[in-house]
Amino acid sequence: MKMDNAATSHYLRRRGSLVLGSILAAVVSLSQAAPPDPYLRPTIIPAASDNQFSQARVELGKTLFFDPRLSGSKWISCATCHNPALGWTDGLPTAIGKDMKVLRRATPTILNAAYQKRHFWDGRVKTLEEQVLIPITSEAEMNANLFEVLDRLAAIPGYVKMFDLAYPGEGITKGTLAKAIANFERTIVSTESDFDRWRKGNRTAISESAKNGFRIFTDEEKGRCVLCHQGFNFTDNGFHNIGLKGNEDLGRFAVVPVKILKGAFKTPTLRDVAMTPPYMHNGAYKTLAEVVDHYDRAGEDKNEIADPNLRPLQLSTQDKADLIAFLNSLTGRPLYISVPKLPQ
Amino acid sequence: MRAWTDNLAIFMLFTLLSANSARAAEYEVGQNKKRFTINGKKIEMLYIKVGDTVRFKNEDPFYHGIYSVSEISTFELGAFRKGQARNVTFNTPGRADIECAVHADMHMVIEVGASSAAKSALKNLRVSK
Repeated sequence: MKMDNAATSHYLRRRGSLVLGSILAAVVSLSQAAPPDPYLRPTIIPAASDNQFSQARVELGKTLFFDPRLSGSKWISCATCHNPALGWTDGLPTAIGKDMKVLRRATPTILNAAYQKRHFWDGRVKTLEEQVLIPITSEAEMNANLFEVLDRLAAIPGYVKMFDLAYPGEGITKGTLAKAIANFERTIVSTESDFDRWRKGNRTAISESAKNGFRIFTDEEKGRCVLCHQGFNFTDNGFHNIGLKGNEDLGRFAVVPVKILKGAFKTPTLRDVAMTPPYMHNGAYKTLAEVVDHYDRAGEDKNEIADPNLRPLQLSTQDKADLIAFLNSLTGRPLYISVPKLPQ
Repeated sequence: MRAWTDNLAIFMLFTLLSANSARAAEYEVGQNKKRFTINGKKIEMLYIKVGDTVRFKNEDPFYHGIYSVSEISTFELGAFRKGQARNVTFNTPGRADIECAVHADMHMVIEVGASSAAKSALKNLRVSK
């Protein structure tokens, strides 16, 4: 906006027109008053009040994120499942845990976790600091004894130095371990996509098909996607039973035992969605086309607790292609992450 | 055996509560842009009296699922769409946390106070013992 004002002033000096100046000033004033586009990415990443960003913290968190010594077997790191080359997930229908055991839920991307109000598919924790310790200590996942991990890290001089730099005087504790990884994860946010360039005014940044797909997506009667996928992160931070076939997982109901939450799961972000197949909490669909078909027919399982927002959409083949073109336009530029050298 | 003064006090209490329920108020709480609202303005706390009714009305284009798991009131209103409303009458004094099952950040508190008539009846009851 500062640049906008400077450009305007320069233009006015050249023209020397008071009348035109008044009009332009009014336009600038109006544009300043206009609410920000809810579909554009925020310019600020929120941090926890007791865990502000710093380079040392992000670097430590990244190193820990890629370090398999955080697991009981010393073989699984956070990045094993949240693989940056696969959209920060694993490309599998559902995760594989300790001893190659197939788990019941898909690995969610960590992209934009900084903006999520609750974590895990069932939203059982509110902060990333709480979240990061759970897979590390989960018997089915990384199966680590936290005290052993902390002792292991404390015996590595490189880590002692890194922790001291990141959290001076706090030591290597459960708290600093969690804070460091959470701090790094918050930096994994969407980069600019073709969709963003279009929203900012580049009319040719996305195809006419994608533009129509966005219209269908946001039409509360036609596509109805926007009833759950809202705002720049395309999520309502809510929980819905979307009528998946054979879904016996209680989902959110296990956390909040309210009937309509049986089989309900968190609405995921759609940023970079083309990068993160398969889809749904149980990896039921391999492609976005299958996902669109699912919603077009109002789900598979018409159970009594399926989200009442679901209803047959009667989308045409072109409508579906347009929706997919729009979803593909949400892929951001590649986010370059340097692979850390693990301290020995 | 209960003293006749106790029986009289209990009788007076019920009479006063019944009289109070005739004057019970109704409040309309909207669900608007994933917030609890009164007349379009976000609210976090609503003070009501015993016997008052709160009408939860969905003003959003998507469904909400209002519920409460509190000592004074446990209810699930199910999913209801735009324009639909559900009434809840609060008959016990105390605090009720009201949430939306679908949108977990929606939260408000309803503080249910004993009506002034009921309050004095309760006070009399304590004195008579």
